[in-house]
Amino acid sequence: MKIRTSQDFQRIREKGLKRLYPKRVRVKVGMATCGISTGAAEVYDALREEVNKEKLDIVVGQTGCIGFCQQEPIVDIQEFGKPRVLYGEMTPKKAVQLVSGWFDGEVRPKWALCRFDEERNILTGDLYAHISNGVPKKMEKIPRYHEIPFYREQVKIALRNCGFIDPESIEEYVAIGGYRSLWHILSNMKPEEVIEEVKRSGLRGRGGGGFPTGVKWELCRKAKGDVRYVICNADEGDPGAYMDRSVLEGDPHSVLEGMVIGAYAIGAHEGYIYVRDEYPLAVQKLRAALNRAEEYGLVGQDILGTGFDFSIKINKGGGAFVCGESTALMASLEGNVGEPRAKHIHTVESGLWEKPSNLNNVETWANIPVIIARGSDWFAKIGTERSKGTKVFSLVGKVSNTGLVEVPMGITLREIVYDIGGGIPGGRRFKAVQTGGPSGGCIPESLLDLPVDFDRLTEVGSMMGSGGMIVMDEANCMVDVAKYFINFLRDESCGKCTSCREGTQRMYEILDDITEGRGKRGDIERLEELGWVVRETSLCALGGTAPNPVLSTIKYFRDEYEAHIEEKRCPAGVCKALIQYTIDPELCTACGRCRKDCPSDAISGAKKVPHTIDQEKCIKCGMCIEACKFDAVTVQ
Amino acid sequence: MIAFTIDGVGVEAEEGSTILPVALENGFEIPHLCYHEEVSPYGACRLCLVEVERGGRRRLTASCTYPVQEGIQVFTDTEKVQRARRMIVELLLARCPDRVVLQELASQMGIEKPGFTLRQEECILCGLCERVCREVVGANAISFFSRGYKRDMGPPFRDPKACIACGACVYVCPVDCIKMEETAEERTIVRWERTLKMKKCTVCDRSFAPWYQLEYIKERAKLPKDFLDICPDCRG
Repeated sequence: MKIRTSQDFQRIREKGLKRLYPKRVRVKVGMATCGISTGAAEVYDALREEVNKEKLDIVVGQTGCIGFCQQEPIVDIQEFGKPRVLYGEMTPKKAVQLVSGWFDGEVRPKWALCRFDEERNILTGDLYAHISNGVPKKMEKIPRYHEIPFYREQVKIALRNCGFIDPESIEEYVAIGGYRSLWHILSNMKPEEVIEEVKRSGLRGRGGGGFPTGVKWELCRKAKGDVRYVICNADEGDPGAYMDRSVLEGDPHSVLEGMVIGAYAIGAHEGYIYVRDEYPLAVQKLRAALNRAEEYGLVGQDILGTGFDFSIKINKGGGAFVCGESTALMASLEGNVGEPRAKHIHTVESGLWEKPSNLNNVETWANIPVIIARGSDWFAKIGTERSKGTKVFSLVGKVSNTGLVEVPMGITLREIVYDIGGGIPGGRRFKAVQTGGPSGGCIPESLLDLPVDFDRLTEVGSMMGSGGMIVMDEANCMVDVAKYFINFLRDESCGKCTSCREGTQRMYEILDDITEGRGKRGDIERLEELGWVVRETSLCALGGTAPNPVLSTIKYFRDEYEAHIEEKRCPAGVCKALIQYTIDPELCTACGRCRKDCPSDAISGAKKVPHTIDQEKCIKCGMCIEACKFDAVTVQ
Repeated sequence: MIAFTIDGVGVEAEEGSTILPVALENGFEIPHLCYHEEVSPYGACRLCLVEVERGGRRRLTASCTYPVQEGIQVFTDTEKVQRARRMIVELLLARCPDRVVLQELASQMGIEKPGFTLRQEECILCGLCERVCREVVGANAISFFSRGYKRDMGPPFRDPKACIACGACVYVCPVDCIKMEETAEERTIVRWERTLKMKKCTVCDRSFAPWYQLEYIKERAKLPKDFLDICPDCRG
């Protein structure tokens, strides 16, 4: 059934509202890739079985990722008239106990993560109250959503529906205001007015470049040519980053809606989504969403009966990191090797098949419907002067609360790491945070109060990138970290230009020498010179940013490099060639634990005889240090 | 015509041209390896670096791919250019230490020996052979494969069956790493491991080209079957 009239639209909306806020109990399991990897599918199956077996009046469904990875699998229970409650670290057994006791009033506050008494719809600004008669006594102890530190500072725009709606239900998406922005622009706005609105919002590309989105659209609209393309870059390849995956898995319609709005503004009738092939679930959800959107006439011919045509094709990526670079992505879309070309002529003028092409990434597209719905003024109030709105980060590494966080631009790194992330676990000291993916820089403690926006991050030698954020503590060796990232980049360099191909390889070799104890005087200066050349002379942005992890670690942690080279010492105790495990005879109780655990039989000792490590046999795996309960094993 | 300056000297060029050929025509010396006027510019070797100032912003760029624009200022020999170019040569020489062209470039720049572990590669991966094969000959017999530091050039799946042994790649290779061996009976393009039997002229009985190359040309040019049975010399 194609939507043609506002009555059609209203019917779908009402259908969705009934699903979203049923007058009974609705249980949802977070079933994005992150949830499934921690056992959400088993939890879901167990819940279905229990509900069917006991004939419970409960609807069991699924939703996307709600961001709090540390707490997965997450189960969401919403009973009509009562607060919606999230439960973390669920197992099939716990989930079954939860639902089977639910009607007896067992809400198990101790398992609960937080509750929502009401929810603000970011698209409409409306408040939906879950509670009709106050909060039940047993639920009072459960903290409210905005009281828990992980969520307190977050503002969800791009992730507005992730973890709330069923990504496979277009009705639910419509129910909370989805496709209303599309309806609005097609019936009330000229393409130029849409562009003006996006320009005024100050939205900048979330894929890494930070180019003003509205300006890009305008350039593409004005470029010579009759055929134009709109492309969504969903080739998210940064290690440890999964912002776009979560949006695609949890709220695919937000991306489709954004793209149709963009296509109308630009004057394009064909679009592509280039999505990473390693994201099978995202591809599946996206395909399902696209099929539904086509059925309803929201994508395809004569959209909403307005005569505007725009079709979308989904293209699975070829498996190269460099295909996230716009010109390489377009080459890959054309069926050629994914290799960048010099961008002296911009892709908005000559891109895919040499036609004007506008490429934005998943998160950028997901922002568009909100900007249209709430207006550019509302959006531009969030963030800093030159970086508006929010940014999604995947906060990972040595931090207590790992997860996907969406924060207003301008928030400090300290707030992200300590308030949202809960600081460093195990009482260890913070050392650095790497932003911007593999080619971002490592930012030291002294800069933790830096407000996060595009320009400030670039100023300190890092970048916003697509939103990876890796926290490191004192047990991370910064030379080893630089080597890790440069290793990734030399592998993923397409190899076209000398600077990037040979330069990253040679930087890797020098870093490898340093970490293996073969470092020599002058290596640091050599790395700096190579880094300068690779940055200044590479053909594309992969090479242009590849030296960042090396140059930033030299800039802020030069003493660690010097310790490796001059003293053949790894201060963090990571580089195997430079460390030695020893047992302090004073502290050793001769319990034998380390001896039993040692995989290379390097530890000898007997009852009441302090143990020793045979350095010849030791493979420096660190098992002994893990095993020792008396801190007798030390690493130097 | 587009007017701009190179090292302070005013030059003119046709729209659509790039900096390098214009600079070379006007007598400026810019070292380059992956550029050839008969094929499209590629920007791989990065040796033709220059500084370009446009709208008050000055940056290093490869001159072979940079399109000429009104009023830009090009600088071919600044300290930055020399510094970057020197490292590029050093990187290439460390990769292919036996290539005479690179040794000469290095000695011009005063590089005695590269400060990196030497590799024993022959090819600098400039891609000229592939472009000439695809764009000029049209045989598409070779291509890049793998990526990053493992990147290499050769026939797809190591099977040179599309190669007509015409030798165009041998001719354009700037570091002379594609060799051709020829006897009266056969011709071999050593690097691609392609050997083809030679065709003998029906008049003078001398071999003059690989038979497969002649077949290829006949098909492409829609020539009569016996058109290339006689060598160019005998045909007059």
